[in-house]
Amino acid sequence: MILLQAAVGGLLLGAVYALFSSGLTLIWGMMNFINFAHGEFVMLGMYVALLVTWVNLGPEVFGPAAAVALMLLGVIVYMGLIKHVMRGPMLSQILSTFGLALLLRYSAFYIFKSDFRTLPDTALSGTLSLGGIYVSRAQLLAGLLAGVLALGMHVLLTRTALGSRLLAVAEDRNAAMLMGIRPDRMQALAWGLSAASAGIAGALMAIAYPFSPSVGETFALTAFVVVSLGGFGSVPGAMIAGFIIGLVEALAGYLIGPIYKDVIVYGLFVAVLWIRPQGLLGTG
Amino acid sequence: MRPRWGSIVLWGGLLVYPLVVSFTDSGDFLQDVGASLVLSAIGACAWNIVGGYAGQVSVGHAIFFGAGAYVPLLAYELFQAPPLIGVPFGIVVAVAMAALIGLPTFRLQGHYFSMATIAVAELIRLVVGNWDLVGAAIGIQGPATPRAWWDLIFRSAVPYYYIFLAVLALTVYITWAMARSRFGYYLRAIRAGERAARSLGVQVRRTKLMALMLSAALTSVAGSLYAIKVGFVNPESGLGILVSVQMIITAALGGAGTLYGPIIGAIILVPLQSATNTWFGGSGSGLTYILYGGIIMLLARFEPGGFVELWHQVGPRLLRLLRARAKTERARAA
Repeated sequence: MILLQAAVGGLLLGAVYALFSSGLTLIWGMMNFINFAHGEFVMLGMYVALLVTWVNLGPEVFGPAAAVALMLLGVIVYMGLIKHVMRGPMLSQILSTFGLALLLRYSAFYIFKSDFRTLPDTALSGTLSLGGIYVSRAQLLAGLLAGVLALGMHVLLTRTALGSRLLAVAEDRNAAMLMGIRPDRMQALAWGLSAASAGIAGALMAIAYPFSPSVGETFALTAFVVVSLGGFGSVPGAMIAGFIIGLVEALAGYLIGPIYKDVIVYGLFVAVLWIRPQGLLGTG
Repeated sequence: MRPRWGSIVLWGGLLVYPLVVSFTDSGDFLQDVGASLVLSAIGACAWNIVGGYAGQVSVGHAIFFGAGAYVPLLAYELFQAPPLIGVPFGIVVAVAMAALIGLPTFRLQGHYFSMATIAVAELIRLVVGNWDLVGAAIGIQGPATPRAWWDLIFRSAVPYYYIFLAVLALTVYITWAMARSRFGYYLRAIRAGERAARSLGVQVRRTKLMALMLSAALTSVAGSLYAIKVGFVNPESGLGILVSVQMIITAALGGAGTLYGPIIGAIILVPLQSATNTWFGGSGSGLTYILYGGIIMLLARFEPGGFVELWHQVGPRLLRLLRARAKTERARAA
């Protein structure tokens, strides 16, 4: 029973992983670019939620506020930084977002200090019993919303005209340009969407879990593991892998010990690297 | 002829530095900063082989640094051996780790290698941090008092400075010889374009792997020197991500893929770092890394070639300007 409880908790957290990892994989799929600051975007989403509580607004504002703030940040980062290094040498591509990650992480340390924080109790506190399995309301809400949003991202990419345009730019920038699509705008939008997915995921996690400025690094690594397991550039792959990693983490934490859950997850990453570097749903 | 003069000035300056600063009030402090500077330059030069020349940006060089730092201290902890004996074993461990990481990741291109190195470094930091034999989260210590000269414990930073400088000279010599060899040309071909290099018959995977192993061996020596001087290492100081960051930013700021870039980077960064630490006290390290992040971003955006490249662009123009001005002055005087 406790095992089942851990599994449910893991799947709910896995839904959040799926959400922010699909943002990372979207950028990779569109422009062969790894955003090393993606975990920091998740962390910022959490602090946006904290700031929202400081101005006495309720949890219903967390998600939208984080989405808007991070979307803006994503577009600014693309316009000011990524656009200029995208076709430059590999070194500047990697250093650009890596430097951004350091800047954001240590600025957060400087402003918010390194203490772990939890959001003040809201209507979301308390637990529910689902057939004998106890889940906190906040965890349930975060997991379900994240799952829905990750699915929404997939639908947006595969079923709408906007999604087709985004994928067209990913497929062939020049051909897309000839079809009257402005690749710059689409890529800026992709960065906005990607950052927003990270921000919402952060805001959702902030309801249910404590956080500090150092969590960004952990989430960046989690996202790398999820994305490489799911296959680079594959949003459905990232979603499936997100659930798998959430589950593995929870079960490893329960069966082996909470200290080792990250060890198991990163070990899984090394295993994927050796056995199937293209990931579950990746090609080539 | 200019570069040759430049290197004479550089090495001469590094040779006399501890003697010159010994005449100042805070000579001990400045000598210690000098030792950190040279050590930082060794790490950056080692990173430069794979990150600069081969263009494979490793974000996990702390793995090799940590191997070099932990193994000698472990040799003391377990067998009471002088840490110096552990240095070659540290190299072996680092090279083995390099092979383990390089073999699978070099099948893939681009950012994949960077991402894998960061994840493996974190994995190793976590494992070491929970492993009692290697000191877990607390870390391990070297000999507290010297048993003989071979424990390499000195009160002054000057002996360390010169040991480090000798290793730096060796590292630069290896890099220089490598850059001129066929192997060095292969590396630059890979950096310029992997597919093109392969079509010219370069064995891309093997060459990248060799570069990573060489880089790992030298990085591990830097780690050993650090551990011997400080006499202590813990997961954060030996394997933390900031160890890798230090190497990357030093090399990139000076000029990745150039012979002297990493040393120039260290000459700029290390004094800057100890200045911010002194000025801002405890909160200084946080500010230092905000600054680092900003510098790395600006470098990537505006001058990925670093200071060496900047000098190549601005330097000749500046010299010409100065010469022209001197000429007009002379003309006016006459």
